[in-house]
Amino acid sequence: MKVEAKQLEFQTSIAPKTGADLLIDLLKNEGVDTLFGYPGGAVLPIYDAIYRAQGTIKHILFRHEQGMIHAAEGYARITGKPGVVIATSGPGATNLVTGITDAMMDSLPLVVFTGQVARSVIGTDAFQEADVMAITTPITKHNYQVQSISDLPRIVKEAFHIASTGRPGPVLVDIPKDISAGVLVEEPEKACIDLPGYQPTTKPNPLQIKKLADSVAKAKKPVILAGAGVLHGKASRELTAFAEKHQLPVVTTLLGLGAFPADSPLSLGMGGMHGTYAANIALYETDLLINIGARFDDRLTGNLKHFAPHAKVAHIDIDPAEIGKNVPTQIPIVSDAKEALVELIVQTAESPENKAWLETLHQYKQEYPLWYKHEPDGMCPQWLIEAVHKVTNGEAIVTTDVGQHQMWAAQYYTFKEPHRWITSGGLGTMGFGFPAAIGAQIASPESTVVAIVGDGGFQMTLQELSVIYERNLPVKIIIVNNGALGMVRQWQELLHGNRISESILHTQPDFVKLAESYGIRGMKIDNQEDLITFLPELFAHDGPVLVDCRVRQQEKVFPMIAPGKGIHEMIGVKPS
Amino acid sequence: MKRIITLTVQDRSGVLNRVTGLLQRRQFNIESISVGPTETEGISKMTLVVEIEDEQRLEQVTKQLNKQIDVLKVSDITDKAIVVRELALIKVASSSHLRSEINGIIDPFRASIIDVSKESLAVQITGRPEKIDALIELLRPYGIKEIARTGLTAFLRGYQPQVNELATYSLIK
Ligand SMILES: Cc1ncc(C[n+]2csc(CCOP(=O)(O)OP(=O)(O)O)c2C)c(N)n1
Ligand SMILES: [Mg+2]
Repeated sequence: MKVEAKQLEFQTSIAPKTGADLLIDLLKNEGVDTLFGYPGGAVLPIYDAIYRAQGTIKHILFRHEQGMIHAAEGYARITGKPGVVIATSGPGATNLVTGITDAMMDSLPLVVFTGQVARSVIGTDAFQEADVMAITTPITKHNYQVQSISDLPRIVKEAFHIASTGRPGPVLVDIPKDISAGVLVEEPEKACIDLPGYQPTTKPNPLQIKKLADSVAKAKKPVILAGAGVLHGKASRELTAFAEKHQLPVVTTLLGLGAFPADSPLSLGMGGMHGTYAANIALYETDLLINIGARFDDRLTGNLKHFAPHAKVAHIDIDPAEIGKNVPTQIPIVSDAKEALVELIVQTAESPENKAWLETLHQYKQEYPLWYKHEPDGMCPQWLIEAVHKVTNGEAIVTTDVGQHQMWAAQYYTFKEPHRWITSGGLGTMGFGFPAAIGAQIASPESTVVAIVGDGGFQMTLQELSVIYERNLPVKIIIVNNGALGMVRQWQELLHGNRISESILHTQPDFVKLAESYGIRGMKIDNQEDLITFLPELFAHDGPVLVDCRVRQQEKVFPMIAPGKGIHEMIGVKPS
Repeated sequence: MKRIITLTVQDRSGVLNRVTGLLQRRQFNIESISVGPTETEGISKMTLVVEIEDEQRLEQVTKQLNKQIDVLKVSDITDKAIVVRELALIKVASSSHLRSEINGIIDPFRASIIDVSKESLAVQITGRPEKIDALIELLRPYGIKEIARTGLTAFLRGYQPQVNELATYSLIK
């Protein structure tokens, strides 16, 4: 302790280089332009170094660590680069747990730096000490605790490498305070990555590619399932080329939306629990299922017994552990999505004879489109999403929170382009949508960014309104306000005998005044006419806007596969 | 089915935690685990005995282990020609007049008495787990006070017969 105090004192006089200064240099070397951070005792030396860096690295101060890590996720989703997070020890670090887990589930690259108490007191239950290494071991792709300043260059290099290659994911680096405050005796040598146990396979096995190409030629009812792996691999164009070459219909997962143009005749839309009839029946009836970068999540497959029961399954994934995990796979291809698709496109195998199949699917699309009915007792949330789509030309970056509004956004905000859709899929994290939009806007200042959020989830991270005001980030917040934890209410109505238990939000803040108190323009809209009148102007506003849209509470998300049911057992496929 | 899985790992802090945590999270039962340094500095070897229902789960656990950054190699050596050993210390209640009788029992097992007191004696045995089990059963009537076992460790024999020679050869079922 004493030594540490002395070092700190020393630093305030004109300083020799510290571990923290070195860290900032290393981050710049990695091309980091933005830090998502929140200070505290254990990271004071790092914040001192940020101060001394004099704006050469941008730091955005959030209002809660959960908000800032979701923002870093949004940033990572848009840029493809790791989002860089800094939090203090103890409560700062534990506040990150939800976001780290979210990034792990949805394969988002993050490099998270947490402060730690000085090495001399680790393990003594020191002030703001938490066992961050143990806490984050199961929720990180990898984690490090820095034990010596000289290890810092290697660890930072490895952390960025691990986070952004192979299947991306969060990497945490825990930095004891005496390391960041410690004085650098000599400039450390240039670091080399030393990871003999980490060599992701990116090139497909040619024999398996040939096998898949031959299977495509012979298939009668082929279908492609496109997941987020296509987006991580920046392979949308290749996917489109492959699908068009052989006239293969494409289903996208929730996280894969945008990987394939929704307006293509080959697009069947989203599959899964709230997917389209055509997509789900295609997954049920197919005889050749080509999964590219999806992980056969249970919200997609429904009851595995009924999932693609007649199909030969091919699975292209950069993570070998995903192949065969949930669905037996006859053609496993461990590869980057783009590399595999490029190989598949150049194969000379014939196209399948699947005219009849395409015709059938076309009929399903015609016969069972997504539907909703206008009712007299309030605005229809689905219509609201369509209105947002219209006013943004379908070209906005859209983030969502979790719940009914998320599913409606997924169904009705269709994308022509990839990398415009940001949602929390695997973990289903309420509170994700709004801060993720902040990260997206930082990553893409010129884009229109819309946060479509629920009235419940928005209240979990709304404190970040300060950030969009402070930085004048023109994020457009659409609260789909149904006065309820709508998705919970829906399940209670449909699956729990209409016993609506603790899912109505009886009181709410005045969201408009709330926005205004943060200095942000706000408006409440509760009918279609006003929405049509004001939405264009609100979106044209050169600054952040919050729109509190009052919608029908009773509205439900359909179609739906009830839990435990097969993918072909959808309810609500047609108006009743 | 019981499987013997060996892991070559980088000797970095937290690696044991990652491995056992992963097995627990994915609901694999660890029967035993032993860890120690290898001939190469900085590299350790773990030997796990796990209970796994089917091939698919086995494949999944192997892949998940392989995914860990500090894990260099994962091998399921159950069906290979291997040398398997475990060490056990067994404390048996025994007064002095039973000592020679117990000696007679442990002798064929090539076990030895390594500690003697008025009321008890300690037996050390090395061998395959079944051999240790067998000796424990024979000593049980005398009153076993304590058992400490290291968990199994194993590696491949120098000579690996061709696959067809292996047939049904397996050390643990
Ligand atoms: C942090 C967290 N807590 C609880 C849940 C469970 N949950 C899923 S959807 C939902 C309701 C969300 O309500 P709201 O944000 O208003 O969205 P809506 O469904 O009404 O569109 C809840 C409570 C969750 N996903 N995340
Ligand atoms: Mg709601």
